[in-house]
Amino acid sequence: MNAIISAPGQQQGQPPGASGDTLPLLEVHQLSHLHAPGKGCENVSFELYPGEVMGVVGESGSGKTTLLHTLAGNLPPQSGYIHYRDRQGDVLNLQSLSEGEQMRLLRTDWGFIHQNPRDGLRLRASAGANIGERLMAQGERHFGRLREAGRKWLDAVEIPLSRIDDQPRTFSGGMQQRLQIARNLVSEPRLLFMDEPTGGLDVSVQARLLDLLRRLVVSLDLSVIIVTHDLAVARLLADRLMVMKEGQVVESGLTDQILDDPQHPYTQLLVSSVLTP
Amino acid sequence: MTDRPGQDEAYNFAYLDEQTKRMIRRAILKGIAIPGCQIPFGGREMPLPYGWGTGGIQVTASILGPDDCLKVIDQGADDTTNAVSIRRFFERTAGIRSTLITEEADVIQTRHRIPETPLKAGQTLVYQVPIPEPLRFIEPSETATRRMHALEDYGVMHLKLYEDIARYGHVSTAYAYPVMVNQRYVMDPSPIPKFDNPKLHMSPALQLFGAGREKRLYALPPYTRVESLDFEDFPFEVQKWDEQCALCGATDSFLDEVITDDEGSRLFVCSDTDYCQKRQKRLTQSSSEVRKEELAS
Repeated sequence: MNAIISAPGQQQGQPPGASGDTLPLLEVHQLSHLHAPGKGCENVSFELYPGEVMGVVGESGSGKTTLLHTLAGNLPPQSGYIHYRDRQGDVLNLQSLSEGEQMRLLRTDWGFIHQNPRDGLRLRASAGANIGERLMAQGERHFGRLREAGRKWLDAVEIPLSRIDDQPRTFSGGMQQRLQIARNLVSEPRLLFMDEPTGGLDVSVQARLLDLLRRLVVSLDLSVIIVTHDLAVARLLADRLMVMKEGQVVESGLTDQILDDPQHPYTQLLVSSVLTP
Repeated sequence: MTDRPGQDEAYNFAYLDEQTKRMIRRAILKGIAIPGCQIPFGGREMPLPYGWGTGGIQVTASILGPDDCLKVIDQGADDTTNAVSIRRFFERTAGIRSTLITEEADVIQTRHRIPETPLKAGQTLVYQVPIPEPLRFIEPSETATRRMHALEDYGVMHLKLYEDIARYGHVSTAYAYPVMVNQRYVMDPSPIPKFDNPKLHMSPALQLFGAGREKRLYALPPYTRVESLDFEDFPFEVQKWDEQCALCGATDSFLDEVITDDEGSRLFVCSDTDYCQKRQKRLTQSSSEVRKEELAS
């Protein structure tokens, strides 16, 4: 099967995202991956536009993370399809890409921020090497340029440059998370998947990380799919929300609309359960 | 059963049975067809422990012919226990000729060195390999490393080099220095010093690598491109010595440091004993010729 579905210049659609681009970056249709009936994600469909940030919220076990891993190619979809529009404007069908092409896409055009930075970092390699790894995988063979990229991205995520040769296992949780972001952004991806990026961080560190993320998303014109159970994080970062329950999307729409005027009983429960100090 | 004078008749020729040798030869042929790719083979119990050259000895046993002449070196030397034992093993089980002279050998089994004397077409160099997988230090899973080889996912190899340069200012890996074979497979050249890496490139000899414990073998057919991994601004370099060999005066060979007493005295000698002795012989010859000329005049 040919991986390229269509060439540029077809397709219609409304742009709800921040950018003025009219063609969706990601088109997901009836995507399912079930570990057991009701466990996983089932028949999820949506479109993501360039520069748009979409939040996926729901309680633990609602299938948020499974959806994210299925989208990012870490889990095979059991049904449905994912179409991705690459830099040339060609639409690629993810399932029909070879393993190698999928891997290259995941390491260049896409990024994945794990909830636990230990899953996304090489803890025994230095911070500089962690940042340079994607570039080396893409064939960068100049030490000076790798070093320069390392410094630039450490600076961008507010890690002191003096820590460039330190191993991330000596970093604090917040620094590890920021390093993980730098390591992903170094290849200038267009689409970022985030799984609870602020989970396990205390609130002041969370606030700085969220601030940083918001700044990077706007300045780099990133499209983001962010999974979180924290509605405050969702409100701060996401343009649009999907609410999941037992593997199904029960409600979706603009973030403000969903959080201020929830329609589905489960969303109403979710919104009313938030503690306010 | 056999008409070979030196062979112990209790053994099949070169110890292994013919079926096993055929199986290993098939793996070798596959290895030659895909330079640098690790090929699994059914490793047999050998009468020496793992880590002493069980991989190399099985490869040697499979390719030896009755008319071949065998040389065995251990870190360049023909006279160490391991080298002597393996040479005697094949003298007894195969009744073949053996030699200490690089040029005379058809098959050279080596532990961690390539002879200084350039190899010729028709010769075969058999390496003993402890860990055949160059990606193992960064990825412990065999499934993962196989996928990495299949997808040419070799970015992590430069990670180690990057770390070395960042920490020490130069690449500190001095042996088992990873190479790219035929612009496709990253290969561990076995723990030879990186001094020997340039000799792998475009060698006229066939080079076979056997790992007994891991039951893998791989090969470099003659005239294969072998490049040591490096950075553009930190190109690959081999070791250099300020000293020369204390016995033969060589400045172009790999030198071992020998401590001679407990007061810090030391000297440097060639690790390749055959190369060193040949040079010493030439030196005494030429000096005796000079003396003859002096007497004559």
